[in-house]
Amino acid sequence: MTQPGTPVTRFAVPGRIGVSRQAASVWRTATLTEIRRETPRVSTFRFAVPGWPGHLPGQHLMVRLTAGDGYTAQRHYSIASAPDDSGHVELTLDHVRDGEVSGWFHTVARPGDRIEMRGPLSGFFAWPGDRPALLLGAGSGVVPLMSMVRHHRARNLTLPLRLLVSARGPEDLIYADEYGPETTPVFTRTAPEGTAVGRMTAAHVAPLLVEQPPGGWEAYVCGSNSFAEHASRLLVAAGQPVERIRIERFG
Amino acid sequence: MNITRGFTGRPRVHDSGLPPGQYDARDEWPVLSAEVTPDLAPEDWTFRIDGLVAEPRTWDWEQAHALPADAYEGDIHCVTGWSKFGVRFGGVSLDAFLDQVRPLPSATHVVAYAHTGYTTNLPLADVIGGRAWIAWEYGGEPLPAEHGGPARLIVPHLYFWKSAKWIAGLRLLDHDEPGFWEGNGYHARGNPWEEQRYSGD
Ligand SMILES: Cc1cc2nc3c(=O)[nH]c(=O)nc-3n(C[C@H](O)[C@H](O)[C@H](O)COP(=O)(O)OP(=O)(O)OC[C@H]3O[C@@H](n4cnc5c(N)ncnc54)[C@H](O)[C@@H]3O)c2cc1C
Repeated sequence: MTQPGTPVTRFAVPGRIGVSRQAASVWRTATLTEIRRETPRVSTFRFAVPGWPGHLPGQHLMVRLTAGDGYTAQRHYSIASAPDDSGHVELTLDHVRDGEVSGWFHTVARPGDRIEMRGPLSGFFAWPGDRPALLLGAGSGVVPLMSMVRHHRARNLTLPLRLLVSARGPEDLIYADEYGPETTPVFTRTAPEGTAVGRMTAAHVAPLLVEQPPGGWEAYVCGSNSFAEHASRLLVAAGQPVERIRIERFG
Repeated sequence: MNITRGFTGRPRVHDSGLPPGQYDARDEWPVLSAEVTPDLAPEDWTFRIDGLVAEPRTWDWEQAHALPADAYEGDIHCVTGWSKFGVRFGGVSLDAFLDQVRPLPSATHVVAYAHTGYTTNLPLADVIGGRAWIAWEYGGEPLPAEHGGPARLIVPHLYFWKSAKWIAGLRLLDHDEPGFWEGNGYHARGNPWEEQRYSGD
């Protein structure tokens, strides 16, 4: 964009990786191998996906269910698992009330079921593990961020990574057992004795931006739209440059 | 066909207005953007058309509002799977802007860019002839910032990522040049009726 008249772009955020166009356009049959309950409303679904081309933490895929009369429903889901070469991916789904697709997963699906998926999709929210990462998630928005945390751990990466995760209460905190010192949970409705209750504030975010790693943070924000708006504004107010904030909104 | 055991889908009336793979979001209007919502006041908003045109030009809020008012009433379709029926966007037809800058015969494509730097590409034919608008009202109210206010592009016959929020301008080109999502694996044109979601579709 060098011709006269074009404004200087602040949103010059490149995709983190080249996306495999081939992979994104192929529907693969995935077999459900395991279901793990995370919270009363949330479960993780593990799939064997023959031919899965691999992914980077933060990417999502598209799931397609087909009814007997040919009707199909497609939804996007973030990939929860870290990249590995087992040919498996894990998705973590919130049971949305009256949800067509999440409802099927939570009430019908059992190991052995076959569904279709295409992906991985979009390199924009991906994190290859190359820059210090500041992760802010709420509810099921923690899913792609957990893939990053798991990747960080699996590779023994030493570059800084911090996760702020918001949940209604401890019983709604997805992956609760897996967090380490990199994570600060924020509880909005109920919290254990001695822990504050309330939404994420500048007090959570500002200290992380004061103690910036060299080169600064790459920030990743994921969750509902209202959370994404709130959290990204907190980051901007605390001094994080807008072109180094990546947002994934679940709708 | 790969039938999913036990999946019947939601009880549905056959709806010919719904492109393949889409569902009716009804009263919901999900927000999908990878950016921080900018605080852009109408006084600071400008819209420019340049590139392969006889007379490049920039309009401010008042100048744009002086053009003949127009509206789009109909449906919109997002690549993430939802569609919305019977929405109303008020603004100005893009033709009214283009008439003033006079595209050169060599122009075949446009890159639409936003005040945030977001870009998306479109064939010129998709934005002329009453098929595209600059909109600042939704349902009779000012367009909310998170949906692209104060003004956004509306190209309702294509997936909605083409309808750039916080529109800042169009550049007319004699070739196609992928925009932000197109460079991230999305389809160059994005026709919902042909399910042109990702490149390769
Ligand atoms: C990039 C991306 C990544 C995502 N990642 C995740 C993830 O990791 N985990 C996750 O849980 N979700 C994720 N989502 C959200 C996910 O795609 C779905 O939106 C979610 O699972 C709900 O789908 P559903 O089919 O269950 O619900 P839907 O059937 O789509 O319903 C959603 C809501 O709309 C109402 N509704 C809509 N239409 C009707 C109708 N005709 N009749 C009745 N009610 C209706 C329902 O009551 C329900 O409350 C992601 C979304 C995006 C865009």
